[in-house]
Amino acid sequence: MNKLTAKHQCPECLYIYDAKIGDEYEGYDPGTLFEDLPNDFSCPDCSVRFKIDFIELSSI
Amino acid sequence: MTTYSAYSNTGSKILYKDKKRWFWLLSSIFPLQAIAGIYGHHITGNQLWLLLPLIFIYILAPLLDFILEEDTNNPPEEVTLLLNSDSYYRILTYIAVPMHFIGLIAAAWWISTNQLDWWGYLSLSIVAGNISGLGINTGHELGHKKGKFEKNLAKLVLAVPFYGHFTIDHNQGHHREVATPMDGSSSRMGESFYAFVCREIPAAITRSFGTENIRLQRRKQDFLCFDNQILQSYVISTILQGSIIVIFGLKIIPFLFIHNIFAWLQLSSANYIEHYGLLRQKDELDHYERCKPHHSWNSNHVFSNLVLFHLQRHSDHHTHPTRRYQSLRNYDDLPSLPNGYLGCYLIAYIPWLWFYIMDKKLLKLSHINGDLRKINIHPAKKLTLMNKYQQT
Ligand SMILES: [Zn+2]
Repeated sequence: MNKLTAKHQCPECLYIYDAKIGDEYEGYDPGTLFEDLPNDFSCPDCSVRFKIDFIELSSI
Repeated sequence: MTTYSAYSNTGSKILYKDKKRWFWLLSSIFPLQAIAGIYGHHITGNQLWLLLPLIFIYILAPLLDFILEEDTNNPPEEVTLLLNSDSYYRILTYIAVPMHFIGLIAAAWWISTNQLDWWGYLSLSIVAGNISGLGINTGHELGHKKGKFEKNLAKLVLAVPFYGHFTIDHNQGHHREVATPMDGSSSRMGESFYAFVCREIPAAITRSFGTENIRLQRRKQDFLCFDNQILQSYVISTILQGSIIVIFGLKIIPFLFIHNIFAWLQLSSANYIEHYGLLRQKDELDHYERCKPHHSWNSNHVFSNLVLFHLQRHSDHHTHPTRRYQSLRNYDDLPSLPNGYLGCYLIAYIPWLWFYIMDKKLLKLSHINGDLRKINIHPAKKLTLMNKYQQT
């Protein structure tokens, strides 16, 4: 799958990180790949799930 | 009354009515207690009425919690989504926000326009502080929500007692590090309430500033900027408390000082009892396990839950931090507090009594079973406690 179209979801609160959009509030520019997020990345909404917990959503 | 209906996995229809629906209004109006005292003083001319809210919080509320049967009911999992999306519940949290502004301004006005005895001045200041402590609780419920609107309301209500760093510290600091020795907001076995306060309050400020600074650096912004979420709230605090001084005069400064301190102490009281001694275990990779329901002390006491937006269903709150208050659940076999929060605060203020009651409860928990290695222990008390419970 193209990494730029990849979306990853927090299994706890369902926050979605979309690499194409990034996360402006958190300071991740559009195009920042999920893989390139810092290692201590935690879910911006619930804070209790981490990078390794996020689930890649299959593109439809 | 609204009936929620949903279908279970097996296809049977589930109907649910929330018996507490209207009672949640108590959380919205509880902040008006200062005005009740002021009104009593106004119509009778007797300052003793100013003590009424203190009697209510410290005597009547714990008594009600003691008398009323604990509520262990849960809404069926199937209706949780419907319950969460019912806007009535969130409107109650919105209504609570202006109540805190009204409470503070009314108390400041009454103090500045009446010649109160020192004890009348002191008690009204403490009552105002306690109410703003409840405001931190309102800010807590709002600050956990995803929308910008609710996050902004949290900044607003947290501004009343100058505690705008709370949301960031709590969500991204406390929830990540809860029930570990790293967390400034998790109390340790053998640590008195007073030692905890001195550790917690500065730790919350430094941790939240650090967290917000990292975010702003990623956005290539300075710490001093308009987007700083903490400073936004502090600006509102400065305007609010500054205007109160300008309008009511310099003699209101001691009032504001006592108010702020007591508001912070209310929060520290809650934090002190919520995770006392509880410790998450580490896995083979040296990572802490996820926060589970048994990493928080829970309370199903009815009255205090109804005035605190269900904060005391704390085990579920830490397991699912974005879940709305009306949907928080009880679980079997939870660490359980002996009274609601308001009663437990009183116990916490008497350290020997707190240790006497809670250390026994802590050691008896099924996942600890007397093993001090599974407890978050105050380092200064470690040897004493090891000797006391004869462990090496
Ligand atoms: Zn999440």
